[in-house]
Amino acid sequence: MANGTNKLALIASRGSLDWAYPPFILATAAAAMGWDVGIFFTFYGLPLLKKDLNAKVSALGNPAMPMKMPFGPQSFQNINWPMPNVLMAGIPGFEDVATSMMKKTFKNKGVASVKELRDMAIDLDVRLIGCQMTMDVFGFKKEDFIDQAEIGGAATFLEFASDANVSLFT
Amino acid sequence: MGTATKVLDCSGLMCPMPVVKTAKAMKEMAIGDTLEMISTDPGSMPDMKAWANQTKHELLEAHENAGKFTFLIKKTH
Repeated sequence: MANGTNKLALIASRGSLDWAYPPFILATAAAAMGWDVGIFFTFYGLPLLKKDLNAKVSALGNPAMPMKMPFGPQSFQNINWPMPNVLMAGIPGFEDVATSMMKKTFKNKGVASVKELRDMAIDLDVRLIGCQMTMDVFGFKKEDFIDQAEIGGAATFLEFASDANVSLFT
Repeated sequence: MGTATKVLDCSGLMCPMPVVKTAKAMKEMAIGDTLEMISTDPGSMPDMKAWANQTKHELLEAHENAGKFTFLIKKTH
């Protein structure tokens, strides 16, 4: 704990729409409580710092994901549609459909978009650290990222996290 | 109620927005001012208590009426 202030250090390692939420929700909530917050975006989490934020959801590898229809009567919207992975893997464009349905469901329920949460995090002075190594590996350039992103490596994050009360890998 | 310095309506917004918007509104207020926050997110009841504990602002009132949650918070610092 640095000078009496709680501190949260997060690692965001996944960039799909569903996994983009936990780090940004925790970061904004902690910052709203006056905590110092930093997020280290690495591997598939790094694209969450791109100017062009385009997180999608894939049901592949998410066998427990409930698919909800974002329209129609409430009883219809409450149904969990079982979508076997094998089916989705074979349908072109399914990921876009699943993404737009999830976005619509979130919006209907009053959940902020990932972009809104990221803007809120910036507004609340959350430190956003992009992983230099991931940048090099995937061929990203500094200009691909929002101006508020700083670039650093493992040591940069660890120094920040060294006196954090809460550290989470998401 | 109706005596608050400012009213913030977070109806329809889900976690973490009620807490985040409350924090933002508090920043623009003066010490001793009170904020009435209204929300429909059931999670805001435990969350606002935790938020007040963490920020040391005073949660004067917190109640629910037919799915609407109302909080009265006093800015202490």
